[in-house]
Amino acid sequence: MDKFTTHTGTVAPLRRSNVDTDQIIPAVYLKRVTKTGFEDALFAEWREDKDFLLNQDVYSNATILVAGTEFGTGSSREHAVWALKDYGFKVVIAPRYADIFRGNSLKNGLLTVELPTEAVEALWASAEADPTFEVTVDLETCEVRAGEQTWSFEFDASGRWRLMEGLDDISLTLGDEARIAAFETNRDAWRPRTLPAAV
Amino acid sequence: MSPTPQDNGEMRPRTLAEKVWDDHVVRSDGEQPDLLYIDLHLLHEVTSPQAFDGLRQAGRKVRRTDLTIATEDHNTPTDNLFTIADPTSRKQIETLRANCEEFGVRIHSLGDKDQGVVHVVGPQLGLTQPGMTVVCGDSHTATHGAFGSIAFGIGTSEVEHVLATQTLMQSKPKTMAVTVNGSLPEGVSAKDLILKVISLTGTGGGKGHIVEYRGQAIEELSMEGRMTVCNMSIEWGAKAGMIAPDEKTAAYVKGRPHAPQGEDWDAAVAYWNTLQTDEDAVFDKEIVIDAASLSPFVTWGTNPGQGVELAGTVPAPEDYTDPVDRTAAENALHYMGLEAGTPMREIDVDVVFLGSCTNGRIEDLRVAAEVIKGRKVADGINMMVVPGSARVRDQAMEEGLDKVFTDAGADWRFAGCSMCLGMNPDQLTPGQRAASTSNRNFEGRQGKGGRTHLVSPAVAAATAVTGHLASPADL
Ligand code: SF4
Repeated sequence: MDKFTTHTGTVAPLRRSNVDTDQIIPAVYLKRVTKTGFEDALFAEWREDKDFLLNQDVYSNATILVAGTEFGTGSSREHAVWALKDYGFKVVIAPRYADIFRGNSLKNGLLTVELPTEAVEALWASAEADPTFEVTVDLETCEVRAGEQTWSFEFDASGRWRLMEGLDDISLTLGDEARIAAFETNRDAWRPRTLPAAV
Repeated sequence: MSPTPQDNGEMRPRTLAEKVWDDHVVRSDGEQPDLLYIDLHLLHEVTSPQAFDGLRQAGRKVRRTDLTIATEDHNTPTDNLFTIADPTSRKQIETLRANCEEFGVRIHSLGDKDQGVVHVVGPQLGLTQPGMTVVCGDSHTATHGAFGSIAFGIGTSEVEHVLATQTLMQSKPKTMAVTVNGSLPEGVSAKDLILKVISLTGTGGGKGHIVEYRGQAIEELSMEGRMTVCNMSIEWGAKAGMIAPDEKTAAYVKGRPHAPQGEDWDAAVAYWNTLQTDEDAVFDKEIVIDAASLSPFVTWGTNPGQGVELAGTVPAPEDYTDPVDRTAAENALHYMGLEAGTPMREIDVDVVFLGSCTNGRIEDLRVAAEVIKGRKVADGINMMVVPGSARVRDQAMEEGLDKVFTDAGADWRFAGCSMCLGMNPDQLTPGQRAASTSNRNFEGRQGKGGRTHLVSPAVAAATAVTGHLASPADL
């Protein structure tokens, strides 16, 4: 996983709240068995409308998606995060997220920043007025800087550390093997097992 | 009661969720999220291929194949058991089969008596029991919380993490209580109750919380009803939903293939009896609902929080003071092709879908069959009845329910997720309108351009008979 410290890019202003993962990536695309190559699937249904944001040339290089509240609700599909990343987004900014989406983003190195609605409105307005408007998202200082304005955001300390170090969860956990084994020794014997299959 | 000893030796009262959580902590050091042990890991074909691939690339194995089980559900056809026409669907199923074979994971494939929707299969095998941690790469995993377990959906990276380590890193969520006082009125079901809760809280109302549903109306629900309630916890943003185990829970588990036996059973029940929220325990948040105020509830919009009483009318965007809600309502009305002020009962449907992990259990089929018995599905309406699992299907056929449905003109299918989501051949066509017992009415969820009204099994059956949204009382 790449390390994330700071990123500067332009904004795709998505004026929608409750953007659920069925919109981010419709279910038909979940049939693939690979982990990359989902850029065509991102917002696939909305993209059929030629006026949709991502079909406008001026936003084609945007790397920061700014959306309304409750972004990423619905199905737990991690493909939603892969599609955003494969398409080229590095950061999402929204007032609030669904928990699973946020967790999935963290594991895949996509930064999700929570800013208040006023800030989101301001970013939308700036990007609509000028699609080349640049925004910097700084994870080191936990700040979003845009033109004259700076907003601070909060980010859970351990998640931040992992993003900044680009750490993979499994290796971290396997470092605790002794504790896992000890836990297993003490587990109640009557807890159910799937094997062998009971008849 | 099993309170936590604190530093000073005092006992701190805990909620049900805290007790189960504490019993699964492998490591907790304050700064990092807790490392939590996972008792049961359920797999299906959609969210697992990349996880197995990750293991393979890193040269890792499945740590506990004896705590892991797979089934095929999302992509499977429901008109036959063996021909998966769509090549990409077939590829996912074949990939799951190959992965389970390679890594030694138990799998229930199409045609197997234990195949079915993953959240129906776990409980019916007796693998879901009180006081467990249950995860699956599927957001409706909260279903298993009906047994007093902490159960939640995870993403594919986490699936890989659980496969490799049998643990998950998790920050401890907050706790919330939804207390439903009094008894549900006649004709009001678990589905009506949970749709009402979601409409009260909105899709983000439960965010960051494990919710415990409690109170008389919850205690009076069957295990099936409790599963329906917990299933939809995710639709109001909750991390998980749970219900304290009681005699009904134990009676449901007893005798199932993986239920503890003999002395193990006694030890298990003794533990399960400790799984209640202590009297003085404090929830971070509490919602109280009066069951007597409830009536059949349906959705009109494109998220599960956009619901209204069946006796009500389609709301107008102006009814909402919050500008975000107002815009959402405008978009939803447009997509749904509805006029504000239309009585819900006057909305005609094209399709009725009875099934899914929300309402595809035997009790749901019985309720709908009771309504439809001796009646006919209205002309032009396609009613699909899709049992949640092969076992549910067999049981329904033993009870003659299939006959009730087919005599009425409904379509009796094989088990799977079916029309709950547009991943298999069972899909709405653009503009088609469905009354559906599933859990999501998102744009395109049941097929591109399809319009979904979420309803209870009883309302689904009555709607099939009249052709418009209706309850059994209208027949
Ligand atoms: S029935 Fe629907 S909600 Fe349940 S697991 Fe299948 S697709 Fe998901």
